[in-house]
Amino acid sequence: MVMHKNKHNETIKAEAKNLNFFYADGTQALKGVTLPIYENKITALIGPSGCGKSTFLRSFNRMHDLYPGNKYEGEIILYPDNTNILSKKVDPIEVRMRISMVFQKPNPFPKSIFENVAYGLRVRGESNKRVLDDKVEEALKGASLWNEVKDRLEDLAFNLSGGQQQRLCIARALATDPEIMLFDEPTSALDPIATMNIEELMSELKKKLSILIVTHNMQQAARISDYTAYMYLGELVEHDDTNKIFTNPSKKETEDYITGKFG
Amino acid sequence: MVKNKKQPAVIKDLESIRAMIRRHKRNDLIFAAVGMFVIASLTITLLVLFLDLILDGYPRFTLDFFTNYPSRKPEIAGILSAWVGSSLVLLVTFFVAVPLGIAAGVYLEEYAKKNWTSDIIEINVSNLAGVPSIIYGLLALGLFVYAFGLGQSILSAGLTLALLMLPIVIVSTREAIRAIPIHIREAAYAVGATKWQVVYDHVIQYSYGGILTGVIIGMARAIGETAPIITIGALTFIAFLPPTPVTVDPPFLNFEWLSSGFTVLPIQMFNWISRPQHAFHINAAATGAIIIILTALMNGAAIKLRYNIRKKIKW
Repeated sequence: MVMHKNKHNETIKAEAKNLNFFYADGTQALKGVTLPIYENKITALIGPSGCGKSTFLRSFNRMHDLYPGNKYEGEIILYPDNTNILSKKVDPIEVRMRISMVFQKPNPFPKSIFENVAYGLRVRGESNKRVLDDKVEEALKGASLWNEVKDRLEDLAFNLSGGQQQRLCIARALATDPEIMLFDEPTSALDPIATMNIEELMSELKKKLSILIVTHNMQQAARISDYTAYMYLGELVEHDDTNKIFTNPSKKETEDYITGKFG
Repeated sequence: MVKNKKQPAVIKDLESIRAMIRRHKRNDLIFAAVGMFVIASLTITLLVLFLDLILDGYPRFTLDFFTNYPSRKPEIAGILSAWVGSSLVLLVTFFVAVPLGIAAGVYLEEYAKKNWTSDIIEINVSNLAGVPSIIYGLLALGLFVYAFGLGQSILSAGLTLALLMLPIVIVSTREAIRAIPIHIREAAYAVGATKWQVVYDHVIQYSYGGILTGVIIGMARAIGETAPIITIGALTFIAFLPPTPVTVDPPFLNFEWLSSGFTVLPIQMFNWISRPQHAFHINAAATGAIIIILTALMNGAAIKLRYNIRKKIKW
């Protein structure tokens, strides 16, 4: 099998190639974006509001397919099987089985803590109580929530705090063993301590999978990501090692944005 | 010195701000007063009517009244066949209108593409809720009674009231579904659920409170409907009961009652009112009070349910 690698000998897990995206009203939200996602790395997308970073992220699990009239052009190739996940021949549900997502606002189902985590498995037809128990425990441990909830798995998820709810959502996304996890500003609704917990968690998670995160918080991108992509008006301006972007960006626009002169 | 000069100006400003707030608050008071007056006059009218019925019908609130068939003698006449008839008709209505209405609501909200056809359906459903019930009666007479040959039966009546109740169930189902936030749906899709899994595991589960409320309110409307039932030819004097739906012998269910003749509470009441003897009017008042109590109980249950479920699910 051909492995796709970069100069640091890191494997490419997925790659957007010349991606254009149009909303139903005709607005072009993405313009020819080409960007690799490396395996076991965190790639952060930064840029001002409306620059298309969330649109880009949501293309990775075909969320846009839920609303009629949206249109993709170009490809997102998932390796090692070389599947173009934007192809009309690929079922969006298949894509979502492989790539899971954590949203901006914690969005647990109004069900028990257990059922929230188990739902992805139930959707996949798993009904064996033992398997479900094990998987739920594993996912909750993976989301470092197990110790806080192990004695009240049957409680309603809404009774958890905001930070716990977000970790529950991470557990839900984790339970199905995804290859890539998408995070859409996962800490923007949380306090600093809950934010720190989630950041630590992401650094732990990348050992097992690849992460693509949209963040408004540049310090967060600098703290946790390995690669950073700066987007502006639907275009990818610059993509490089996070260190390089924050210390010595090669584009003037990037520098203006990260130094706060703009945005 | 400069400060002292400015001080009076500030105080004057404050005075005018306070005066303005008082003026604005007067509008609150006026609106509240008008609202109280309207609500009070409505509630009092209904209460007076209800009390009047109770006082008139009071002598007939006995067990016999519920266990006796209608009779030529007003003092031993009862509503046994009427309340049994009403219950059985509502049973049919429930089992027809609820599944159909929920399915239609879910389809329109979740599956139907938003286009010309769905707009037409939308307008029609809203219109149906406003069509006079006698029109449903005429439709049912032509369709159920004659075309389908169901006759003047409990089944025909149940189907007719189901038509009447359908738009209420559809509209409340759609409203309950629309109240589910988009991010909950996206969460379900994001883990790989199909449309049906999202509908079955989430949409219906989280909207059943609203749906149930609509169902109960629809039933409360159906229980008092008279015109369409008269149109399809319910009997006004019945001294027998339909065959029982549940039997002691296997298969324990019996569907002969569906084709049985029947009467319902509002028709029994209507029949007694049209008699010349005053004693029958007392029976009518008692029946009217019972219908109002049933309706009030059903609406009360709907409100309580909605309250309980809102407390549990907060988005």
